[in-house]
Amino acid sequence: MSLPAAASHAIRARLDAEGNASGGDQLEVAMGPQHPSTHGVFRMDVVLDGETVVKLKPVFGYLHRNHEKIAEGTSYLGSMPYTDRLDYFCSLTNNWAYALAVEKLAGLAVPERAEYIRVITAELTRLQNHTSVCGFLLQDMGALGTPLMWAFRQREKVLDLVESLTGARMMCNYMRFGGCRCDLPPGWIAQARVLVDEYPRFLEEFEALLSGNEILMARTQGVGRLPAALAVAAGVTGPMLRASGVDHDLRKVDRYGIYDRFQFRVPLGDHGDVFDRYMIRVLELRESLGILDQALRDIPPGPVIDPKAKLRGFRPKAGEAYGRIESPKGELGFYLVSDGGPNPYRYRVRPPSLINLTILEDMCLGHSVADAVVILGSVDIVLGEVDR
Amino acid sequence: MLGQGIAKGLLQTARNLVATYVDKDRLPTIEYPEERQKLPEATRQFPFLVHDGDDPSKGLRCVACQICEKECPPKCIYIVKSKDKRVDYKGQTQFYPAVFDIDVSVCMSCQICVEVCPFEAIKMDTAFEFSTPDRFGALLLDKHRLAKSAAHYREIHPADAAESDAVMAAESAKAEAKAKGDAEAKAKAAAAKLAAVPNVSPEAQLPPPNSGSDSPTMPM
Amino acid sequence: MSFPAPEELKTIVEAALHGVRVELVPNPAVPSQSSLRVAPADADAVARFLRDDPRLLLDCCSNVTGIDWPDRDEKTKTKTVVDGVEKETEVVRRVPGTLEVVYHLYSVALRHGPAILRQRTADRGGDCSVTSLTPVWRSCEFQEREVFDLFGVGFAGHPDLRRILMWDGYVDHPMRKDYVEPDDYEYEPTPHDDVLERAKSHYPPTEAKP
Repeated sequence: MSLPAAASHAIRARLDAEGNASGGDQLEVAMGPQHPSTHGVFRMDVVLDGETVVKLKPVFGYLHRNHEKIAEGTSYLGSMPYTDRLDYFCSLTNNWAYALAVEKLAGLAVPERAEYIRVITAELTRLQNHTSVCGFLLQDMGALGTPLMWAFRQREKVLDLVESLTGARMMCNYMRFGGCRCDLPPGWIAQARVLVDEYPRFLEEFEALLSGNEILMARTQGVGRLPAALAVAAGVTGPMLRASGVDHDLRKVDRYGIYDRFQFRVPLGDHGDVFDRYMIRVLELRESLGILDQALRDIPPGPVIDPKAKLRGFRPKAGEAYGRIESPKGELGFYLVSDGGPNPYRYRVRPPSLINLTILEDMCLGHSVADAVVILGSVDIVLGEVDR
Repeated sequence: MLGQGIAKGLLQTARNLVATYVDKDRLPTIEYPEERQKLPEATRQFPFLVHDGDDPSKGLRCVACQICEKECPPKCIYIVKSKDKRVDYKGQTQFYPAVFDIDVSVCMSCQICVEVCPFEAIKMDTAFEFSTPDRFGALLLDKHRLAKSAAHYREIHPADAAESDAVMAAESAKAEAKAKGDAEAKAKAAAAKLAAVPNVSPEAQLPPPNSGSDSPTMPM
Repeated sequence: MSFPAPEELKTIVEAALHGVRVELVPNPAVPSQSSLRVAPADADAVARFLRDDPRLLLDCCSNVTGIDWPDRDEKTKTKTVVDGVEKETEVVRRVPGTLEVVYHLYSVALRHGPAILRQRTADRGGDCSVTSLTPVWRSCEFQEREVFDLFGVGFAGHPDLRRILMWDGYVDHPMRKDYVEPDDYEYEPTPHDDVLERAKSHYPPTEAKP
């Protein structure tokens, strides 16, 4: 039995013996909402016995702006820039998920070149998200500065590329129903190719810096274990689910867009601990580079938007649709109900960040409070999406 | 061996430190505001109103159709349509915006106003240094502050501007052809009327202003 | 085996569970996947069946959400013949509103889905409660709390039913269609002066734009 598990066991046993009542030596700590380890304005109400977490309740809503209500009061197009602000690290995948749901609802086709551009931009998003989340995770472990700055230095290169395509670094507002807003600027593919070719060099450096590091291993291996069965039942998706060994990647399962044309593998973890979650992301980076390589090679010429798709006065027929994609955080879904009007009757975002937090308490129990910070870091949340 | 990974990592950072002296790629920071990065052409910040010619008060392309006001997701555009019409730079009699305000403290730079505008009248600017101690008033840009010349647009977004100019040239050529056709039809009708009723006001015989006087080139 | 169509699914469920009625809700949109509506009393049994049946194994409840259907007037025109003269009368029937909870179920094990499960409350007033499916799928926990918070649907059997996004002590349910926005939450002078006009009644006069 590992040390944390033993500690957890001992505490459970003692608490049970005491009738689960607080023995007076327990400490309630409100971690957050203003705390650097919480990745935004998020609060964990933890009950500590010494340094060990015996109870943890996440508290949300500090960044709540009722995105869904705003979307129900604006046109279908008008919600597109708001989706950028959900998971502000991955605005392009948010755009895609929303566009996919609307296209499903209205039965719009997407031209082939636009599909390729979507794959390329989504994989670039995954690159920069996974890169920076690895940096943040190290930051949470106390590796202040270097790993995060290295990750951000690399992320900037991706953002430069995104900016020259969409005009914005983070709030891209790039995809439209039936395609993309504009075509790739001249020379963009060559620039993207340079980035893709140089990325492995960064990854090798980053891994040499970190992956074999004893402190990293000691802090992450065996910490925050998540069994596969619990992960599935709790709706955990994305790299977290795969780190628990469940082979579930919507790019393979749903094959949305044109993902069936690309060769890539789905990395799977064995233990479902923080280390696996970190490694899964590093491995996924390499797979994303492979997809980018293929997409940049195969992208055909042609239009980037369905000429029939209307920008203004877009009114899909009454009905409902649920569209989901594999965003870097997990399964990002949009559920839309139309009553035939210009605004969605019901607009729902299925936020992977929020649902991945369902089992936060289960993962943290029995670990020290410093580990809770690391576990939270490994979930990869963005509060813009959690609170909406 | 314990500590091997740490040593390897330290070696990596040491290598990086040395490399920053020779490799520009390793030290990407620049000293803003003395140094400035060249922004890509697609960069967008806040919208501006395009005017043709030198006089912004006369040359605004905006005809106060209020589509952007309706479509703006955060509702940061405020337009009051003029009561009267006036002759715009192209020579057409049009409404104009009596008030056109954009609250850039609300604007989220989404570019939807640009996309929905049928008149190529509103475009995205690249200026971003709007900081001001006045929280409300100074960030509410009126039409005088928003108006910028078409030459400015061509300078900041050359490719987009060329495309937009082409669209406008095609439209004005089409409008001209239509105006010509209309004028001919009108003249014919007037001639027929003239033949039937001898006393008719002289305006009916005149062609509408500007038709035929401009060659179908790019409107400047 | 391919995933059963909703009609088939209805038959499977009704055959397996005695006395359970499943209602098909058609979807006129392009994807046109119908959903299954069950009575809150049967929801738990149906959910457990869907999760555990080896043909279905819907082990992952991906998305839970609410939909508000307020009271509406349904007009039906009836033609009656009175004394040989055809008369058209319009009958206005008040259709009571309801709150609906929608579950999107997928199978991670068998890689199929979705099955769309719906429950609805009796009305939008006092008796708006359905059965919680959190005991069946853990992923419903936060999402049902969210539906409770934003729509005001109660979930019988939920282990920890509290507000999640709005603060404790908040009384209203913002996602309901008849929710009235507070008129003073944006008191800054914006170009759209109607907000400011409404705000003026709450705050000392600020200098408005002429």
